[in-house]
Amino acid sequence: MAEPQEPPSAEALAQLPLDALHRRLGARMVAFAGYAMPIQYEGIIAEHLWTRAHAGLFDVSHMGQLLVEGPEAAAWLERLAPGDFKGLQPHRVRYSLLLADNGGVLDDLMVTNTGRSFYLVVNGATKHADIAHMMARLPAGITLHHMDDHALLALQGPEAVAVLSRFTLEPENADQPAFADLKFMAGARWRWNGVLLGITRSGYTGEDGYEISVPASKAEALAEALLAHPEVKPIGLGARDSLRLEAGLPLYGHDLTPDITPVEADLAFAISKRRKIEGGFPGAERVLDQLFNGAPRKRVGLAIEGRMPAREGATVWAGDTQVGVVTSGGFAPSLNAPIAMAYVATGHSEDGTALEIDVRGKRIAARVVPMPFRQKNYVREGTKP
Amino acid sequence: MSRLYTQDHEWIEVAGTTATVGITDYAQGQLGDVVFVDLPDAGRQVVKGGEAAVVESVKAASDVYAPVSGTVTESNPALGDDPSLVNSAPEGEGWFFRLTLSDASELDGLMDKAAYDAFVAGL
Repeated sequence: MAEPQEPPSAEALAQLPLDALHRRLGARMVAFAGYAMPIQYEGIIAEHLWTRAHAGLFDVSHMGQLLVEGPEAAAWLERLAPGDFKGLQPHRVRYSLLLADNGGVLDDLMVTNTGRSFYLVVNGATKHADIAHMMARLPAGITLHHMDDHALLALQGPEAVAVLSRFTLEPENADQPAFADLKFMAGARWRWNGVLLGITRSGYTGEDGYEISVPASKAEALAEALLAHPEVKPIGLGARDSLRLEAGLPLYGHDLTPDITPVEADLAFAISKRRKIEGGFPGAERVLDQLFNGAPRKRVGLAIEGRMPAREGATVWAGDTQVGVVTSGGFAPSLNAPIAMAYVATGHSEDGTALEIDVRGKRIAARVVPMPFRQKNYVREGTKP
Repeated sequence: MSRLYTQDHEWIEVAGTTATVGITDYAQGQLGDVVFVDLPDAGRQVVKGGEAAVVESVKAASDVYAPVSGTVTESNPALGDDPSLVNSAPEGEGWFFRLTLSDASELDGLMDKAAYDAFVAGL
């Protein structure tokens, strides 16, 4: 049997702050984004289903945490990404896209207005390139700080709110939202046992939950405190991938690349209304032309007949014509069926379109379906547990 | 009857000129949850060390190689209904396929259980 993945070569990989904890918890470690990371603990399906029913703790400390400060920080971010950062209210979080000059996606990221600065979370595999891209464009009066002394934990699932609500959290500032009133895509900082935690109600699993920024030296204490609650189990990267795939969320480097525009990626919601009118972001001419006149291809969800998964790279066909390629595919534990994301020619992207995927020379039937594949469990209002 | 093992973590149970093939408990542990097995049809010729099946876990597809050359006579219909048998009973009900050996001397280079266990312990 061929090895499913390369074992991590120890010397080349950096260690995350929770490395020892992962190994104590029985994780299988693999190489990801230059780090040794837990792919699974008890098994991907069990971890996936646990997160959907209870709460999963994910170590996402490989991701880049950046702080942008300066009086013109919002205006500068608007020259890098198509979000309305001038209009982003304090303590609100927005999903955005770092764009190249041709409108291609360099990275996807979360941007939080802390009230004093903008806190960015970028992908682990792209963070150094992102920092270089931003530093090369950094004007006087704005600082960019890489918070590489911080870990990032995600607590995701329908019981995440109940768990974190049991922690004694003291607000950093009087004018910030109360923890119990924190809405989805909102965040602030609280002290826990004297440790300042940056908490956003957000995530990338299609579940309600939080991402928690914590000084690396306190990350293990926080993780242990979360895992002490019976609702919480550690969840590896394998289930993180199957959860985000079911949620219809693109994975950078697979479903998003510099060759893909936000419109092709079906992420036009990340272009704020004002920016659609005013432009002024990288590649605006091309991106807005696609927005109003159509793009040649589109990211779609594919439901697959039968049980054979279609993986990244599998070609998508309409009769004898190749019309696309799968960019993420696998088995959806909550649906008990294979699903995929693909880029297909726009003429074949309507919901319900019947297509075929070539898997090892076999044609399997697929159908374009709306994403998310599974309804998201976000809580937008009335956030008390 | 004797059971032999490959360095690629397949097992083969030989009875005369026919044999049953599967993957080892170590292999299923490395794969994690098996969600689909793409099995060879009866009549297919397989060659020693060549691709014979594909086992799909949640994350990835992995090739399974033929421990010896031969002609496939049957694949395990139970894996179509319940691929997780590969996880729960890899060296029993979770077998992959049966074949008729074309050259029994190809068995000579395979490991017995003690040798395979020592091989896995050294990984």
